[in-house]
Amino acid sequence: MEAVNAVKAPALEVHDLTVAFDRKPVLWNIDLEIPQGKLVGIIGPNGAGKSTLIKSIMGLLPLSSGYCKLFDESIDKVRHRISYVPQRESVDWDFPVSVLDVVMMGRYGKLGLLKRPRQADIDVAMDCLKKVGMESFANRQIAQLSGGQQQRTFLARALAQQADIYFMDEPFAGVDAATEKAIISLLRTMTANNKTVIVVHHDLQSVSTYFDWVILLNTRLVAYGPTERIFTQEKLQETYGGKLTLLSDVGDLIRRENFPNRE
Amino acid sequence: MSSFTEFFSFADPNVRYVTIGAVLITASSALVGTFTFLNKKSLLGDAIAHAVLPGICLGFLLSGTKNPLYLILGAFVTGWLSLYAIQYITTKSRIKEDTAIGLILSVFFGFGILLLTYIQKSGNANQSGLDHFLFGKAASMVAADIITFSVVAVCLMTLTLLFFKEFTLMVFDRNYAVALGLPVKKLELLLTSMIVLAVVVGIQAVGVVLMAAVLITPAAVARFWTNSIRIMFVVAAITGAFSGLAGAYISYTAPSMPTGPWIVIVISTLALASFLLAPTKGVLNRFLKQRRFRRTIQDENVLKVLYQLGEGSKNFYIHRYAEEIIRKRNFNKQSLMRSIQRLCRQGYLEKSGELCSLTEEGKNRAKRVVKIHRLWELYLTTHVNIAPDHVHEDADTIEHFLTPELEADLERILNYPVVDPHKAEIPY
Amino acid sequence: MALVSDAISHAVLPGIVLAFLFSGSRDSLTMVVGAGILGLLTTFLIEFFHKKAKLQSDAAIGVVFTWLFAIGVVLISLFAGKVDLDQDCVLYGEIAYTPLDMIILENGNLLAPKAVVVMTSVLLIIGIIITLFYKELLLTSFDPGYATAIGFSTAFWHYLLMGMVSATTVASFESVGAILVVALLIVPPATAYLLTDNFKRMLWLSSLIGVIASASGYYLAVWMDGSIAAAIATMSGVLFAGAFVFSPTHGLLKRKLVRAMN
Repeated sequence: MEAVNAVKAPALEVHDLTVAFDRKPVLWNIDLEIPQGKLVGIIGPNGAGKSTLIKSIMGLLPLSSGYCKLFDESIDKVRHRISYVPQRESVDWDFPVSVLDVVMMGRYGKLGLLKRPRQADIDVAMDCLKKVGMESFANRQIAQLSGGQQQRTFLARALAQQADIYFMDEPFAGVDAATEKAIISLLRTMTANNKTVIVVHHDLQSVSTYFDWVILLNTRLVAYGPTERIFTQEKLQETYGGKLTLLSDVGDLIRRENFPNRE
Repeated sequence: MSSFTEFFSFADPNVRYVTIGAVLITASSALVGTFTFLNKKSLLGDAIAHAVLPGICLGFLLSGTKNPLYLILGAFVTGWLSLYAIQYITTKSRIKEDTAIGLILSVFFGFGILLLTYIQKSGNANQSGLDHFLFGKAASMVAADIITFSVVAVCLMTLTLLFFKEFTLMVFDRNYAVALGLPVKKLELLLTSMIVLAVVVGIQAVGVVLMAAVLITPAAVARFWTNSIRIMFVVAAITGAFSGLAGAYISYTAPSMPTGPWIVIVISTLALASFLLAPTKGVLNRFLKQRRFRRTIQDENVLKVLYQLGEGSKNFYIHRYAEEIIRKRNFNKQSLMRSIQRLCRQGYLEKSGELCSLTEEGKNRAKRVVKIHRLWELYLTTHVNIAPDHVHEDADTIEHFLTPELEADLERILNYPVVDPHKAEIPY
Repeated sequence: MALVSDAISHAVLPGIVLAFLFSGSRDSLTMVVGAGILGLLTTFLIEFFHKKAKLQSDAAIGVVFTWLFAIGVVLISLFAGKVDLDQDCVLYGEIAYTPLDMIILENGNLLAPKAVVVMTSVLLIIGIIITLFYKELLLTSFDPGYATAIGFSTAFWHYLLMGMVSATTVASFESVGAILVVALLIVPPATAYLLTDNFKRMLWLSSLIGVIASASGYYLAVWMDGSIAAAIATMSGVLFAGAFVFSPTHGLLKRKLVRAMN
């Protein structure tokens, strides 16, 4: 076991990643490597490209350059080991499904075409609901949930995938303090079991208590690494101290003139 | 050709009516439609167009005559009702706007058709002609129609002009308009009434289904050609008028051809053509520009290689073979030769036989490219925290595009450094 | 998505006309293929205009479907002699004539009206597709981002769904016409949406509402001596209005009551 751990592949490796909207780069040459079993926070001001980073790692956005690897493989080879919690507002909460229906979706990836969920899948889903303290809501319609409960439902869906790495887009946005606490302790048990959890996070106050590692982002990567080493006043200043004017000017120039950027 | 002169002499009063009618309708609808287009409510026009049908039928049933006044009144009522219903359903239930539009559109239209078939089978001698509203009757317009159309068209144009700035502000930023104290509710009422009015007369030319095209496609065409809202209105109106004219002409030369659908085909073709050919936004232009960029990049890369080859010996004007350039950087031989020819023509290179060398001008241009490349590499490492072995690729594109202003900024921010992250000297 | 199906139902017209010219008859298979191709083309064109030409999505829908519909109408007039279609039929179909077009067996016995056979097969096919791919369709319509992230091809399921819309449209075309089919596509689901929170129940309920609307619409049409398809659309609107006001879960009355109690 020790030997395996020693040569363990990094959970996530991002190499020279550039992502552009309308040709303007919103992420510029990002390079990073995250070991397994860490609880990682992605920190940065609004518009810094935090969500863009995880979306492009998941393959939801086209990359202008660079590549990402998860467990030393390309994303499509290891999708079954990857889970994703999108932003809560990304779906229509009036959709006519129950909490259990949503959590069951986490099993769909494993099921494959033409297969229906079995009792075992339902058991897993119920178990995940229990973990987030939502088991009594299983048959509730999703429109009747509070913000915190919606977030717990999404989390249970991600858990139901039984993945090895979890990407979460602002899981604490608009949730109550109790939910936030419950979620973070759940994430802690997950990382204790060698799962990797990468979270887009907003609240600077809680960073040092929540996360093992941080990624400081503002269009470019400011720094990444263990929280106690990276999460310093000086680095924060650099992350939040305004955009690099020249960098964003050049980005605007590329978009305005439609320059071919890395094609 | 004779039919062309015949048509454009407008000697035939019928031709005159049809043409004037079609042009008036399409031009004024295009004006009003531009606001709905900008308001991102393009499909409301479609909904209204379908929803006026039951009103027209009810107007006929209740009055017993085909007097356009009653029909337009009826159309107004149901057109309005449909808008109100869409808004009511969206705010009072969890049904989303697009579903509400489709729902109201189809149900109102179904009810209209039900009434229409009822009227047709009831044997009322007056009824013939009501179905013109379905597909339009541009080809059979008469003098009385033209008078109605003119009045409506003039009304719409005048209102557009009078309230131009209010409508523009409201469509651009409704909340700000409210904050400024504009009577936004009343203005919205006015604008929707104008749409209903445009629809009521417009469907007589092109019919219910295609009305949406007359409203919004000219605006879509105009949007490709300009960024100024005033010019956009003018272009939209001209596009609308032109397609009205063209539709009338086509159905004149081929009498079996329906005018309305041809009007729509003409506008849509214009939209497609604009999408392909429009300056700056058109696909073709973007393609050509890309090709130009690629050429510039290649040419500058050739100059850069010659410069770098000269850096070792500090002599930039040595004559070299193409093979030497290829050995330094992998160019396709043929495209390299084309680049060299272009550069010779522009005076950046000199050629003697198989050999070529930089000119003074060429050396300066190459020096600037190399300078920007190295400055940008330095900037990426010092300011953007990118590892020195990852900056080359990015600099390889930026070096060709940076404007002189940004170049000066870069020099100033870095404080005129001497060497890049790879210890190569930065030439000034 | 409601309006994309609206657009498709209009835009399949040229496909139907061309299929008509091509096969020279109302051969259902060619028509389904023709309409299917046009349906997919519509979906594709809308996305193309939206993404490549940067036209806002509502305008892209409007421009594409009116354009294709206009081409369809022109094709009809162009080949008026050869095509056994007329403009009224395009708009509101001729359901009353379905019994006249019977499939005749070799021994001379009448089997069933052709439209009935066609519609039954379409119903079966759609039923089978929904049963088999229930979870994929549910997932991609609820949360496309998550679906892509866990490896489902959102585009494929989207085009499959739109293909089904095209197939339904063309199958219903002769009976209810290109436009009124929109009422049948949109109104029953919207009504069911107000009555239940359960996705499966919503599927069943909307079919049931469709059936009720058709049956009651038929009697309304007979009573008024009007178009049957139009009466069905009207009745579906009436049912929607009923659900809108009286739905035990989401109705207007219920909301008023809840507010009054608080």
